[in-house]
Amino acid sequence: MTSLNTDINELVDPAPAGGLTAKDVSCWFGERKVLERVSLEMRPRTVTALIGPSGCGKSTFLRTLNRMHELIPGAQLGGQVLLDGEDIYNPEVRATETRRRIGMVFQKPNPFPAMSIRENVLSGLKLSGLKADDPDSIVEKALTRAGLWKEVSDRLDSAGGALSGGQQQRLCIARSLAVEPEVLLMDEPCSALDPTSTLRIEDTIAEISDRVTVVIVTHNMQQAQRVSQQCAFFLAAENKPGHIVEAGPTSTIFTRPSDPRTEDYVNGRFG
Amino acid sequence: MTSFTSETNVSYDNDRPRALRSWKVEDLTLLLGTAFSALALNWIFYTALTTATGATGFVVTWTLLFYTFYYLANRIELGPQAASDRLWTAFTWSAALLLLAPLITILLYVIVKGLPGLTKDFFTQDLSATGTLDTGGGASAAIVGTLEQVAIAVFISVPLGVLTAVYLNEVRGKFRRPVRMFVDAMSGIPSIVAGLFIYAVWIVAFGHGFSGFAASLSLSILMLPTICRTSEEVLRLVPGGLREGSLALGATRWKTVRQVVLPTAASGLVTAVVLGVARAVGETAPLIMTAFGSTALNRNPFSGAQDSLPLFVYRLITNPFPAQQQRAWTGALVLVIVVLILFTAARWLGARASGQKR
Repeated sequence: MTSLNTDINELVDPAPAGGLTAKDVSCWFGERKVLERVSLEMRPRTVTALIGPSGCGKSTFLRTLNRMHELIPGAQLGGQVLLDGEDIYNPEVRATETRRRIGMVFQKPNPFPAMSIRENVLSGLKLSGLKADDPDSIVEKALTRAGLWKEVSDRLDSAGGALSGGQQQRLCIARSLAVEPEVLLMDEPCSALDPTSTLRIEDTIAEISDRVTVVIVTHNMQQAQRVSQQCAFFLAAENKPGHIVEAGPTSTIFTRPSDPRTEDYVNGRFG
Repeated sequence: MTSFTSETNVSYDNDRPRALRSWKVEDLTLLLGTAFSALALNWIFYTALTTATGATGFVVTWTLLFYTFYYLANRIELGPQAASDRLWTAFTWSAALLLLAPLITILLYVIVKGLPGLTKDFFTQDLSATGTLDTGGGASAAIVGTLEQVAIAVFISVPLGVLTAVYLNEVRGKFRRPVRMFVDAMSGIPSIVAGLFIYAVWIVAFGHGFSGFAASLSLSILMLPTICRTSEEVLRLVPGGLREGSLALGATRWKTVRQVVLPTAASGLVTAVVLGVARAVGETAPLIMTAFGSTALNRNPFSGAQDSLPLFVYRLITNPFPAQQQRAWTGALVLVIVVLILFTAARWLGARASGQKR
């Protein structure tokens, strides 16, 4: 009876992939420690929001999750980041492969100016050395999931840089989705956008989170409440490295936080 | 309660842009009036009061008087703030015109002197069968030589220069500082020393003899630092966000450089190449002891002495006979035309390479 149930469950809902676990992650820039033993579980196919005031290490933490942190000269790191149980900092795992599986969308939209919309979407495949069997369908699928297809389907060969800021950001999301990552990291993806574009991006996040694990850094508390199921609150005392004060389901963090500092922050009393 | 619209009696056509910075007639009369009175006073100085002569001095004192009058007149009319603003406007305009003057004069002079000799024969014949007193003959040997030598030099120095720039700005290797220092030092090498070096090493020590290729080597030495440093500046302008975006997609460093950084910087890199070519195409000194020069057409750049346009001009302008001097001027005109064509083509290519997707 039990075994049959498991089988059926597996058929209906295949083993969730794309779970990220950070274990005691600490970060340094040169001698300065900016992150102190951060442990966090980011569940597969859910949206985890990282909130906290500026300079508390949210972005630094996010960048350790796909090995972008180490690109900054002088940056160092301790601890483990596990993707489906495997350490991404294992010397046998190539950083490029990890970054393909864990995509990233940046604060400032950065479509490649020398490429058309279509080429931008396909750029990830070209850059990571993957073959595209049916590029047209990949372009359509990625743009549709990013909620941009209807707006640009008739001008795929025009410049990516000619789109509006919000469209550019959705193009960057489509570009990341085209390589079919298991996790998508978003570093304040809406902070440079107007409210309407922000709403479109949030819709996009809701749309893609059924297949991709999303970790989003945001300064916007309402946004964290709207898009995320899990939430982690970061804080750094003056001249001290940042750490996680509290993490858990978003509804708990925003309505019944256990730490008074969390309550102060989510109610806008500081930060 | 003041209303802005009711205070003016002028009615505006709201559908038309308003002229916000119009020059009034008074401004023009002030400019011309002060210029004329400065001229008049200067005239009196020169003809009646002093024994000064010479056109250069006349223009200089006239200009200085004009600045003074223009400033004073504006100060009376508009006050010190506006007057010094006008004066500085006058200075910058003068500087811009002064900069253009030599360029335009050189171009006009070369055209006037060179045009009479510009015939079809000039491009198709060489000077191997032409005596110093004969008319006819042409610069085909020099034109072919210049084009081949510069093309080979571009072929050598562009990949080297751009890759070094990539090393300096993208790879950020350990030897960045010394490499940059050497490149800087290289840009200070006098061109004749570059020629001597190739002469001593390639031609004498290795025994290869004079050739267009030897000339290309010496020109490459001159082009490399220009191309490398300009490329580096251009690569630095590529936003870091693009590199991060590319790396975050799982690209390697090299793929990021080749697929994202270099295409984004394409038009700037073309400028770098243009500046490099500009440095090399008119060089004469290093060619004297590498290409050596020749009156006969030699299409093979890898063997035997070859002519080039700067050498052709240098050799013939020092000749006392008018026919040869005429050829030299025409050669100079052709050199200017070649440079103009190269630059236009490069600009067009650069605009096409990157402008298309902007």
